Amino acid sequence: MSEATPKFKVTIDNITVEVAPGTTILNAARSIGGDVTPPAMCYYSKLPASGGKCRTCLVEVSKGSEKDPRPMPKLVPSCRTTVMDGMEVKNITSDKVLDARKGIVEFLLLNHPLDCPVCDQAGECDLQNLSYEHGTEQTRYDFPRRTFEKEDLGPNIQLHMTRCILCYRCVFTAEQLTQKREHGVLERGDHAEISTLLGKSLDNEFIGNIIDVCPVGALTDKTFRFKNRVWFTKPVDAHCSCTKCSGKARLWMRGDEVYRVTARKNEWNEVEEWICNECRFERKNAKDWVIEGPSKIKRSSVISQGHYVGTKPTPVVIDKVIGKEPKFLMNIHDVSDVNKPEIELSRIPGPAHSDDFKGNK
Amino acid sequence: MGVKLLLENDHIEGIRYYETYRKNGGYRAAEKALKMTPDEIVEEVKKSGLRGRGGAGFPTGMKWSFLAKPEGVPRHLVCNADESEPGTFKDRYLMEFHPHILIEGLLISSFALGSNATYIYIRGEYAWIPDILEQAIQEAKNNGWLGKNIQGTGFDCEIYVQRGGGAYICGEETALIESLEGKRGNPRMKPPFPAIQGLWMRPTVVNNVETLAAVVPIINIGGEEYAKIGVGRSTGTKLLSVCGNVKKPGVYEIDMTISVEEFIYSEEYCGGMANGKKLKACIPGGSSVPIVPANLLLKTAKGETRMMNYESLSDGGFATGTMMGSGGFIVLDEDQCVVRHTMTLARFYTHESCGQCSPCREGTGWMYKVLKNIEYGKGKMSDIDLLWDIQRRIEGNTICPLGDAAAWPVAAAIRHFRDEFEWHIKNPEESQRRNFGLAHYADPIHVPAGA
Ligand SMILES: Cc1cc2nc3c(=O)[nH]c(=O)nc-3n(C[C@H](O)[C@H](O)[C@H](O)COP(=O)(O)O)c2cc1C
Ligand code: SF4
Ligand code: SF4
Ligand code: FES
Repeated sequence: MSEATPKFKVTIDNITVEVAPGTTILNAARSIGGDVTPPAMCYYSKLPASGGKCRTCLVEVSKGSEKDPRPMPKLVPSCRTTVMDGMEVKNITSDKVLDARKGIVEFLLLNHPLDCPVCDQAGECDLQNLSYEHGTEQTRYDFPRRTFEKEDLGPNIQLHMTRCILCYRCVFTAEQLTQKREHGVLERGDHAEISTLLGKSLDNEFIGNIIDVCPVGALTDKTFRFKNRVWFTKPVDAHCSCTKCSGKARLWMRGDEVYRVTARKNEWNEVEEWICNECRFERKNAKDWVIEGPSKIKRSSVISQGHYVGTKPTPVVIDKVIGKEPKFLMNIHDVSDVNKPEIELSRIPGPAHSDDFKGNK
Repeated sequence: MGVKLLLENDHIEGIRYYETYRKNGGYRAAEKALKMTPDEIVEEVKKSGLRGRGGAGFPTGMKWSFLAKPEGVPRHLVCNADESEPGTFKDRYLMEFHPHILIEGLLISSFALGSNATYIYIRGEYAWIPDILEQAIQEAKNNGWLGKNIQGTGFDCEIYVQRGGGAYICGEETALIESLEGKRGNPRMKPPFPAIQGLWMRPTVVNNVETLAAVVPIINIGGEEYAKIGVGRSTGTKLLSVCGNVKKPGVYEIDMTISVEEFIYSEEYCGGMANGKKLKACIPGGSSVPIVPANLLLKTAKGETRMMNYESLSDGGFATGTMMGSGGFIVLDEDQCVVRHTMTLARFYTHESCGQCSPCREGTGWMYKVLKNIEYGKGKMSDIDLLWDIQRRIEGNTICPLGDAAAWPVAAAIRHFRDEFEWHIKNPEESQRRNFGLAHYADPIHVPAGA
């Protein structure tokens, strides 16, 4: 190791990595990947002020550092806690963390409408994924849920506040774009709501990105609303020569038709590069784009339900972590006839049909 | 008679005004302090053992010594006058009737910390007090205690009064700072702590009104003398605001050597329970601290007499003790319903949550709804465990202590008054007509031998 760059050793769920000082526990865990990475509903690496709010990423610090080995008294948000040399962190190996996280999921779902069947975000929703992994099947909340009227933020974006989890990601995105406080939170507590100054639409050329940062279906693309389910469309990476943005985008296609354009997202569901409104809302013709090829999507994602090259099951690091297989509520590959790992999905043109999986092709 | 330091001159008419205050020894501490070095003042405050009077009880001298002092960066002192904790109204009394002791304390503290612009952040509902403070500030200025080159020392200091919009959360120091900066009063994530990056990202100290006023007697009599008043780590005097079913509610100054029993029943203080009723329960430190039944209030679980100081009140931890908190002493007699009372507090916290973090935003509202069901005869037995589970998952998992403050009263009510909750649920109709009453809550507690 070179002397110029000191590294901190941090152990997360019994796996040790070396990271640069100043790295957060969450990012250290992301460098390991897999199940030891805490879920993050509000943190967004591209939005410096984000994080700390949703509390889904809480972890237990069982050893503070080499110098001061005392454990931290409370669970800490891994997205906002920086590592110390010799720190030991427990995520899925801590019952306390799993219990707290169950609580957080319950809280997040308390007032959530659970209207996934009619929500455009379904299939690529962080809250769905979180609930699937950490939630319970039933809620103990039997009161009417809080609701809001739907609101249009300009011609292309719809705010469905009832679904919002107040992660503030859109607020921080808008803050980067507008300098002034034009998009923010009104009211407080459980009646807090996202809104724009005087309910006006924001006429910024990049404002469409708030749709991509939203972890749930609170901000949706009106040009795509109700047109299709994300898992029926096939994401491909494409670029165009745009004067406003990099032009690197992801098209969600069915046949030759472009249903939706979004920014490209990485494995943590974070946008890689912002795209402009024109690319997002107006370039809906395949001819506008140079298609590079199918996007890489995790096999576990429901979006992978049809189509891609090189999707592999996530490597099971869990053996090393707790010495047992991960617990799934349900393994889609066991119950579904239409998702056989041995079938080369990328050979199938367009979305897959059950016919494609019959017999041993 | 206990020692009085802050309210020593309470009986003097016109003490609110500069002339009278000055004639009665006012600004003597400031004279003295301006001849000391800032470090010497901090040292005196450290020696005094003064602990923050805003609720957490953190040693003030230590807090001051954490203040970062980078070259060329202004520092600020902020006086927390947001006082919105239900049951707490001691700062109001001090500001309304003794504004100059606060201004003098602010001047000394600003000098000690090197703050040239000091702020008083006062809750919006105290609508008439900013005028009183501003008048006192003007008087102090006219007499050379504020402004440029104070008393020829070369030290400049201005005090600004800023009114809040009426949010409890803006009493939390980082939310207060955000609000002072003109933003939405959301608590900040810590670290960084205000002592490093506070107001406008400059090093900042936030202290309670009473804490800063207490600096005056500390300088007057010296830190060591101050530390001799009281017991152990509970030094000096403490203001308590008493409300509820006592004969004489009001603001009292105690020197932390008396027992809880003496405080409630003696003529000097609360004068006993009103209307000949019996004591059922008490929240000794503002609505956030755990409620305790009469038997655990007057005696600790070990059978010792409980005293009115930080250590004794928290003796037994949350299992059998409570906290000194901010000194809002709420007394409940046998006619009060603990379920209803807990529901009222839950409503307060859900209303005041800033809504940033999910456990507090969603959990507080849920607790309120469940408590409302129980109170109005629609509760289920499982609701009690549900409440317990909700509060358990809020506590410790939030950004700021408001989550804890919302969880503790519910936890304590269930811990000590479970019978009353069960009675409500089992007797939905009767509980709408009458009260559970005193029950066994004042009965002597069996102290295990050898405890
Ligand atoms: C929700 C909440 C409300 C608070 N309200 C007040 C308040 O009204 N007045 C106050 O002095 N401190 C309040 N505090 C405590 C402050 O955060 C801070 O600890 C205090 O001002 C420090 O002053 P001290 O050290 O002099 O006590 C509150 C804390 C929380 C979490
Ligand atoms: S609208 Fe979406 S991005 Fe904005 S705060 Fe709500 S959930 Fe977060
Ligand atoms: S605990 Fe409550 S009041 Fe404090 S930051 Fe979280 S939501 Fe806001
Ligand atoms: S991701 Fe860390 S608190 Fe939300």
